[in-house]
Amino acid sequence: MGQKIGESKSFFSACVHSSVSGKVMKVENYNHPLGNPVPAVTISNDGDDRVFPEIKKHKNPLSLNPEKIRHIVKDAGIVGLGGAAFPTAVKLSPPKDKPIDTIIINGCECEPVLTADHRLMLEYPDEIIQGAELVRIATGAEKIILGIENNKQDVYKLLQKKNYTFPLEISLLKTKYPQGAEKNLISALLKRVVPRGGLPFDVGVVVQNVGTVKAIWDAVNTGKPLYERALTVSGAGITSPKNLIVRIGSLFQNAIDYCGGLQDSANILVMGGPMMGLAQGTPDVPVIKGTSGILAWAEPEQITEHNCISCRRCVTHCPMGLVPTQLMKYSKLDYLSEAESWGIMDCVECGSCQYSCPAGIPLVHWLRVGKNKITDLKRKKSA
Amino acid sequence: MTNNRFILKSSPHFKGKDSVPKIMYAVIISLIPAIAASFYFFRIRALLIYLLSVSACLITEAVFLKARKKPMHSLWDGSAIITGLLLAMTLPPSLSLEIVVIGAVVSITLGKHVFGGLGDNIFNPALVGRAFLQVAFPVAMTTWIPPVTNQINTATYATPLGNLKFQAAAAQGALTPLKDLFWGNIGGCLGETSAVALLLGAAFLLYKRAIDWRIPVGIISILTVFTGIFWLTGPDKYASPAFHLLAGGLIIGAFFMATDMVTSPISPLGAWIYALGIGLLIGIIRLFGGFPEGVMFSILLMNTFVPLINRYTRPRILGERSTH
Repeated sequence: MGQKIGESKSFFSACVHSSVSGKVMKVENYNHPLGNPVPAVTISNDGDDRVFPEIKKHKNPLSLNPEKIRHIVKDAGIVGLGGAAFPTAVKLSPPKDKPIDTIIINGCECEPVLTADHRLMLEYPDEIIQGAELVRIATGAEKIILGIENNKQDVYKLLQKKNYTFPLEISLLKTKYPQGAEKNLISALLKRVVPRGGLPFDVGVVVQNVGTVKAIWDAVNTGKPLYERALTVSGAGITSPKNLIVRIGSLFQNAIDYCGGLQDSANILVMGGPMMGLAQGTPDVPVIKGTSGILAWAEPEQITEHNCISCRRCVTHCPMGLVPTQLMKYSKLDYLSEAESWGIMDCVECGSCQYSCPAGIPLVHWLRVGKNKITDLKRKKSA
Repeated sequence: MTNNRFILKSSPHFKGKDSVPKIMYAVIISLIPAIAASFYFFRIRALLIYLLSVSACLITEAVFLKARKKPMHSLWDGSAIITGLLLAMTLPPSLSLEIVVIGAVVSITLGKHVFGGLGDNIFNPALVGRAFLQVAFPVAMTTWIPPVTNQINTATYATPLGNLKFQAAAAQGALTPLKDLFWGNIGGCLGETSAVALLLGAAFLLYKRAIDWRIPVGIISILTVFTGIFWLTGPDKYASPAFHLLAGGLIIGAFFMATDMVTSPISPLGAWIYALGIGLLIGIIRLFGGFPEGVMFSILLMNTFVPLINRYTRPRILGERSTH
């Protein structure tokens, strides 16, 4: 358990570790929650959980130098656990010309229904805060801000009582979706605006999810690579919803069975949250590092679609300041240059527009179509 | 590998409860006080005009949906009913009934379906119908009767704005009292006369957030300033802003017609530009134009600018630098 079983030479990658102890049976394609089957290592679990002998503790984790921390994080295969699974080592290596002054720890649940981050903060506050301190050391930042939504008062009180000696600030935010989106979180906490097409680096910020910093602490403190994660198994279609710590590579079916199985009426299975999650055709897919939730419910009947009546609800709710209805029309008509100049590529697909659309128009779908067409066109041009 | 149990669809998987019919029926509910007021003031004439206008709109809508092979559920989305009601409310109570039907058919045909139906129309459909009638039947459209509750026996009864324009009422001190304008005990279009009934409905719409508050606020502000300046310089020649706000179609126009989502701008800045344009045009037409009333033409004119306004008032994208 914990042995490295997959690695890539690319900078934007993370290695994979075995989440059980046992024997490699085969390496062949297997279903993947993102769609197409990918090469996968099948390991027969001997159930002993014998830890790989090369895994060792680090003494005084908080006195390690930045280079060492980055190295451990990269070696432990840690990625952003909010859902996007961006390799964390990359985030800890800001460009030289962009000094980082603030670390933001994202304690806002990234989507409704998901509550795993909330549980983590209640059960592992010390690990999370110390992990954040490691990120601060690794990036040379001055302070840490933990942003949590004001519906998590229990966490707020718990952390207030702890009196950490780190340069830590705990900030309560309005509970809203998408509060946990990186750029919106930065503007809510610091009133800094990340330029279009830019990264948090550009405004001196690194954002890390609470699950990620806990994983960083675990890796640095105990040497444990990222082979398990917290996730929410929920929705009306799950018999007894739970937050679980699940080993990477376990099947959705295992997690669902552990939660009492599926209700008969359940007819949709989603990886992630209800707003951005990916519908799955089968529970025979593995939990991956980006699996923040497994949801199932009975989907209501198809809603009738009306014409857009320009009610502007999508405009009011777009966190990126876009005009989704206009982008939808441009995308439908293949007016790609107009779509681009109206900011279609800035869309984060949060789903707020479509949620609020009274006409029931699949706005996100049309925006995705437009974005894909533009990306394809650019790829062809550069090829 | 995929079994058929699970639906595959793209995110988001949750949907809010708002719907187009809900928004439309909120508008219909908001019109009820004004409709009730018109029953009170004009009795059976009011009932007949409303009935004919709404049913003619619905029938025309049904014919077009059928002919264009569009889903029939659109018939009951409420939009055709609103067009019928709003058209009826802007007609003189004495209008002969066949003209009402013509107006309704033109509203739906030229105001809505030639552009592609609900959502694609450029002009407010009810106002297109009314503008057509105004041009086609100028006499019938400017012949007024007093409300049943106001027993003035006069052959040539005029509206308060008509009095102001053609009888120099301001100079003679014969302006309609504000009290009558407020309650609606005056001559005028079917559903326009009672300011209080319309404001009641408007308050409901604002509370429901079914309309953009910037549009009525913008129209009313600019009209108050514009007419106020002239009133202060010559109170014997010009009527006060309060008179202008309560008389004619200003309230129904500002709250119920200019705010039509389909035909008004998308961005907040666009809404302000549009509203100021309407308010200013109303002031200019009422004070210097050939017609006593200018609400209809002002809204229709500004409707034509909406695509242009939308183009130049795109909201700022998050992280976008201001263009220098």
